[in-house]
Amino acid sequence: MPEPSTTTARQTPTGVIHDIGYQRYEGPRLGRRQVFGALYLHGLRTAFGFGRSAKAKIFPWLVVGIVTLVAVALAAIRSQIGEPVATYAQFADSMSWLVIFFVAVVAPELVSRDLRSGVLPLYFSRPLPRSDYALAKLLALATALWLLLGGPQLLMFLGAAFTTKQGMRGVWNELLDLLPGLLYAGLWAVVFASVGLLVASLTGKRAFAAGGVVAVFLMTTPIVGVLSILPSRAANELAGLASPSTLVQGVGIWSLGDLLVEGDQGGPSIGGFGPVYALAAVLLVAGATALLLARYRKVAS
Amino acid sequence: MTLIATQSLTKTYGGRVTALADLTVAVEPGIIGLVGANGAGKSTLIKILLGLIAPTSGQVSVLGIDPTADPAAVRNRVGYMPEHDCLPPDLSAAELVTHLGRMSGLPRTAARERASEALRHVGLYEERYRPVGGYSTGMKQRVKLAQALVHDPDLLLLDEPTNGLDPAGRDAMLALVHRIGTEFGISVLVCSHLLGEVERICDTLIAIDGGRLLRADNISAMTTATDVLAVEVSEGTEELAARLAELKLPVARDGRLLLVPLADDGTYDLILGAVADLDLPLHRLDQRRHRVAELFATRELTHA
Repeated sequence: MPEPSTTTARQTPTGVIHDIGYQRYEGPRLGRRQVFGALYLHGLRTAFGFGRSAKAKIFPWLVVGIVTLVAVALAAIRSQIGEPVATYAQFADSMSWLVIFFVAVVAPELVSRDLRSGVLPLYFSRPLPRSDYALAKLLALATALWLLLGGPQLLMFLGAAFTTKQGMRGVWNELLDLLPGLLYAGLWAVVFASVGLLVASLTGKRAFAAGGVVAVFLMTTPIVGVLSILPSRAANELAGLASPSTLVQGVGIWSLGDLLVEGDQGGPSIGGFGPVYALAAVLLVAGATALLLARYRKVAS
Repeated sequence: MTLIATQSLTKTYGGRVTALADLTVAVEPGIIGLVGANGAGKSTLIKILLGLIAPTSGQVSVLGIDPTADPAAVRNRVGYMPEHDCLPPDLSAAELVTHLGRMSGLPRTAARERASEALRHVGLYEERYRPVGGYSTGMKQRVKLAQALVHDPDLLLLDEPTNGLDPAGRDAMLALVHRIGTEFGISVLVCSHLLGEVERICDTLIAIDGGRLLRADNISAMTTATDVLAVEVSEGTEELAARLAELKLPVARDGRLLLVPLADDGTYDLILGAVADLDLPLHRLDQRRHRVAELFATRELTHA
């Protein structure tokens, strides 16, 4: 058998390959759950630009900076005037635009990049099932969004807890306000992550994916606007179903009540359709997740 | 132990396009060359071996495991290097290979160590910390090979590893594959449409065409035929052939060439003597080995 190795040295610019021998790997091999965890953590780090170029960090941290600033400002104003400017849930609601832009940047970063570079065959030729890949990315995005909203809520809570004048009882009451707020933030996170990731997984072009995410979340608001001025009370009260943001708000109004809308001031009316909103939210998340899994059964095979 | 065994393996797409037809083959560990023209079914076979697609009918086993029943168990012990570009340009080779090592189930530190080991074995040193986007094609192919090696598989499936490389790069890649097969103790299945390339490094050769098996055999069985001398004269080829036949040399015609099996050095003298006797203008007289290519010459495999 002729040995082509004589040309190796000439070809390799760094010089001769020094062979200190190949070592077989005898150590432990982790199971499916740990691999899933590793991919999930990798995705969560990617969402905030860790382990990525400085350019990839700009946008996520800009959004984080803004929401943190708003939370600190709210906490500061509250400590001065002595009563809350916005509840935790209201804070999450008012940050919805920033959440949309965060999804539009991070979801393509998580999935479109892998589609574009063709790296998926390298994942799928490993033991990890295709569904695990999609679910780990989804979970990472949902966690990132929840941290984005929940972190500032925690800051507001700390601000309130340290300035309360009612002692431990005040802290306890504040905590009871915080927990529904965190759950509401979780709802935002799950709905926006599942829809956003599905849209982003359809294309390998990041700009298209980002545009698609923004379009799905923002272009649906005019529909809500039209429906809510129709001369039918039921249509008005169901209008919020047409857009993910108003859908989440609807669920919030139904489940949180005055933690989100105080009395009659502002906020869309959902009448007695609260459970419909909750059901629609569940169906939306389940449907988007199912479509995402279906997408990854097909892609790159 | 049988490395790869298939039994009447058939894959049709949409019931019309046949990628593999009734393929039955069994190979032992070592370096296996899988040759065939583009579209012969090489990539389809590899994907079936990985359990990425299911065969339409027939059985398959890799390292004694059935990839249709337990794909994860097969993929645990197999490394795959795809044909096409598959590297994210903004990651460094070290980051990418470490991450893929973790995806194969290596713990964090082990993944990092094995990644730099694998990159070193394929000949990437300091450049492994630079983004892959700036690499040459040769370096990218090495990264693709390193990620297939990082989890220490028992079998490597390499789909056209020399694709896009210049002649020197091809030689280096083939030398690397040969080293992995012989020194690392890892079996390798190398896919190529260039027969002349893989026959240099393989122990076993599988040739497929149109999804059908042409031949699968130990390479030494295919190339043990004795060396031959090729004689070319500018004119009088017929007379020379007749004269050589008189001298009891089994002459074969190959176009303008006369092929004479080389028995010993005396064969040279006999041929030269015959040429001189007939006073013919000798164009060339050289020795050549039987190439595997000749076994498939009619199929035009090498030109595909």
